[in-house]
Amino acid sequence: MTDKLLDVRGLKVDFLTAHGLFTAVKGVDFSIGRGEVLGLAGESGSGKSTIALALMRLHRPPAIISEGSITLDGEDVLAMSPERLRKWRWSSVSMVFQSAMNSLNPVLTIFEQFRDVIVRHTGVSTAEARARASELLALIGIPQSRLDDYPHQLSGGMRQRVVLAIALALEPKLIIMDEPTTALDVVVQREILQEIVELKRKFGFSILFITHDLALMGQFADRIAIMLEGKLVEVAPSAELIANPQHDYTRRLWSSMPLLTRD
Amino acid sequence: MQQIVSELLRIEGATKIFHMKPMLGAAHEVVALNNISLSIRPGKALAVVGESGSGKSTLGRAVARLFQLSSGSISFKGRDIAGMRSRADKLDYLRSVQMVFQDPFSALNPAHTIRHHLERPLMLHRKLRGTDLGKAVEEVCADVELDPKVTLEKYPHELSGGQRQRVNLARALAVGAELIIADEPTSMLDVSIRRSVLDLMRRMKETRSITFLYITHDIATAQFIADDIAIMYAGQVVEWGPPNLVISNPQHPYTKLLLSAVPDPKVKLDGTGARSFASEAQAVRALARKVVNTIEEVQPGHFVRRIEA
Repeated sequence: MTDKLLDVRGLKVDFLTAHGLFTAVKGVDFSIGRGEVLGLAGESGSGKSTIALALMRLHRPPAIISEGSITLDGEDVLAMSPERLRKWRWSSVSMVFQSAMNSLNPVLTIFEQFRDVIVRHTGVSTAEARARASELLALIGIPQSRLDDYPHQLSGGMRQRVVLAIALALEPKLIIMDEPTTALDVVVQREILQEIVELKRKFGFSILFITHDLALMGQFADRIAIMLEGKLVEVAPSAELIANPQHDYTRRLWSSMPLLTRD
Repeated sequence: MQQIVSELLRIEGATKIFHMKPMLGAAHEVVALNNISLSIRPGKALAVVGESGSGKSTLGRAVARLFQLSSGSISFKGRDIAGMRSRADKLDYLRSVQMVFQDPFSALNPAHTIRHHLERPLMLHRKLRGTDLGKAVEEVCADVELDPKVTLEKYPHELSGGQRQRVNLARALAVGAELIIADEPTSMLDVSIRRSVLDLMRRMKETRSITFLYITHDIATAQFIADDIAIMYAGQVVEWGPPNLVISNPQHPYTKLLLSAVPDPKVKLDGTGARSFASEAQAVRALARKVVNTIEEVQPGHFVRRIEA
């Protein structure tokens, strides 16, 4: 694979606790190609969100990256200065969290949240930021009249779309999505995923998609990585992992989910 | 005269209108339940499936007698629950009908051990004391497949979500519940333990003839556990019947939309038709919001509210 966007080698994340070191991520290796969707599945506590935060260097003490390397587009992420890091976040990598309600500031309008990201990073005028924001809203199918609404005036699905649009604002190369649709019902979930796939074709970004819903993962990801207690136990192309899971734990995850049987 | 009752619970034309009087803005009405009629036979499970805001939890709460209906009735073993006046009748109903909630943590008191949680219902409803009480606590604990020796002295925070949900089910068993209203009992649990809690509910149903009103947004788990399912949208039950008939032969546009959106790992999303799916979903929602009173029996036991095209 020559066209790697993200390359993670031997990543180890420790938590300093009262009872000594707890290693949440125990040396994982993976890479994401350009335009690829890598799914990361595992139960809560397996370390998948810790990986997501570590990739953007958003992990906070007591978590520390003790070993390993993260390279994005040829650049060593762990060696970046705080100044470079600030610029790099959102413009190269952005993140969509599970709860859109909590990632939007309730006392700012939708436009103000766009403006914060766009103006801070590109230094354009407010008017230009507004034009860009309405363009982005149009992309995700929200009328631009909603720009001056507050988050509570939008439905859950719309809020998650807005978060997605903000993540897209600076055309990053990688978007990390941590359970982006878990709080939504299946119909809205499908609407949003369809939109993400369409936008991905248009802009060509890569996605690290974190969820515990394997069925959804199979529909959406190109490759799936299964995580158990801080280690990747199996990484395979989706179709293969679904048809022929190799690891015991993968098989157990599959059997633990009642799947809909039609006719 | 003893009336033969083949249904444990019968909901007849249940309607609930909430009168909203916000501090700011005009007063308005929200029709949370609109003329709902359903029934559950003893030892069976009815799953109510719907998205958030469809009224499915309101229905569960109405059955739990947490508020009164605006019109219509709910009867348990042939008796109208709104007509229960005496304290003994009410207590008996509250004993027979138990609720298990979505969040297994907030349902348990963090300051008390599991033993305390299981002792209280046994003392209050079955008046057990002393060694009888100790024995009964261990029994119900074992009934939900928890080891009494390890579990009883622990506090809720020392248990996993799945174990906590088992304690909640044990509490319902302890008082001798006949009907358990389970409101999204597995949606906050990890996938790997979700199945085991569903399995336990299914065994409780099969071996102890406990009746379930299972409220969920996940039609796959509904199919797994239920003998009948009812699809709700905007306060109406739009389609109901045996799960396999409804799932293999959906009639109502909302049911079809819901089924088409359930992730199927074999079908890869390619992004084509994103807009058409979204606009179709919009159209179906508008259609399903209309109040429809024409009910058609598609196959024996499979009903749909027929929207005229």
